[in-house]
Amino acid sequence: MGDARRALALVKKDLLTERRSKAAFNAMAFFAAMVLFIFSFALGPDVPGLVATPGATLLQYLWPGLLWVAIFFTGVLALSRSFQVEVESGGMEALRLYPGDKKAIFAGKLVANLIVLGAMELILIPVSAVLYNIDLWTKLPALLGVTLLGTLGFAAVGTFYAALTANLRARDVMLPVLLFPVLVPVVVAAVKATTLVVRGDPMGELWTWLRILGLIDLVLLTVCTLTFEFAIEE
Amino acid sequence: MVGRIVLFVVVAVIVVLVIAYGLRLAKLPGGSARRGGTIAGVAALVLLALGLYLGLVWAPAERIMGDVYRIMFIHFPSWVGTAAGYLTAFVASIAYLKTREPGYDYVALSGAEIGLLFNVTGLITGSLWGRPTWGVYWTWDPRLTTTAIMAITFAGYLVLRAFMEDPEGRARASALVAIVGFVNVPIVYFSVRWWRTLHQVQSSPETIDTPMVWALRTMMVAFLLLFIFLLTRRYMLARIRGDEELEAMRLEVAGD
Repeated sequence: MGDARRALALVKKDLLTERRSKAAFNAMAFFAAMVLFIFSFALGPDVPGLVATPGATLLQYLWPGLLWVAIFFTGVLALSRSFQVEVESGGMEALRLYPGDKKAIFAGKLVANLIVLGAMELILIPVSAVLYNIDLWTKLPALLGVTLLGTLGFAAVGTFYAALTANLRARDVMLPVLLFPVLVPVVVAAVKATTLVVRGDPMGELWTWLRILGLIDLVLLTVCTLTFEFAIEE
Repeated sequence: MVGRIVLFVVVAVIVVLVIAYGLRLAKLPGGSARRGGTIAGVAALVLLALGLYLGLVWAPAERIMGDVYRIMFIHFPSWVGTAAGYLTAFVASIAYLKTREPGYDYVALSGAEIGLLFNVTGLITGSLWGRPTWGVYWTWDPRLTTTAIMAITFAGYLVLRAFMEDPEGRARASALVAIVGFVNVPIVYFSVRWWRTLHQVQSSPETIDTPMVWALRTMMVAFLLLFIFLLTRRYMLARIRGDEELEAMRLEVAGD
């Protein structure tokens, strides 16, 4: 119980600093908006989609993939912030001295990151749906599940690598370099599941992909939780 | 079927022995490590010459692919070398986190670097083979994708090491990268496999001719010996550099 309380205290602390500075959130919001616009400029807003989806534009056809690319690229900013603030204010030493199991620190940081990323997605998903003209109303519950699972895997590995690279001068380069190869399975499963949600699921594959995504999350979470104590050692 | 299982067990035992030797390096005095490496190097040279002769001259041309298939004698052994390299890096990284002996860090670095070398060799020879037989250099097949991601992961491992100066922090951080990256490999493989359901059947000894099998086996053993040779040499180099770093740090501390 003690560890759960410690993790919760860490979540509160992280959310409080984030609420006061809004550093991660502001950076993400502008970056996400820019990414959405750049996709539109790069792919052309009116270019028709492929034969498989008559009547849809290319942007609508590609939306599931673009959404996850935007989430990952934007989310990395918040993840690298989450330990950078600790390093800048000497908080890493405090975290290392924090009593109890180090897994509690991982859990606390992970939950705080999940909440920040969730807030970003809460804006990114509807705004991109509006900009690219995608009808999401009926699909919201399934989309929520997919987003949650995809973000969990992303945040688990992201928090782990953010802690690992926090002390580096080149952390802004190293975090994506290390993080993205490990995220490949999450990308594959999350984009596939999102596509099935948005474009319909005639073969009933969605449940399978959700389970695959859940399994990937489970493995990544386990490995990162078990090895986290080494990642924040001095 | 029984033949395949026996072959699999034999290959697995050989790879385990190679990795065990790699890990033992951390404990060996410099002289005997160098000697072991030299013996492996000479044996590799002999077997490479023999294997190339068997593969390029003795084995007949393939019925459909003609002479093009002969790149297989470099291509398959490269993947055996890749597996040995990354496995060594993985096991040595765990050993480092458990014991904190710098020797295991040097072994892990050597394994990762040589694994990456064979990995890139495998990717290049595969592309060159793919072009005349499949018509393309690259397809998004699970094995191709997984090996490419593997190369990026371990390239990231080496980049991370280059960015870190503190030997202990570098050893610890890179060990974690190697462990997470290695555990991720099967996950990448299966997720890509479910994502792209088409894939072609692996070649097995039953689908290729006897002279080709022997040439291939010779080349595989030769590449494993080559791996041991490179591993010992790389390890010696890492150890010399590591000792230098420690010495420099000691002088710095003494100077203050």
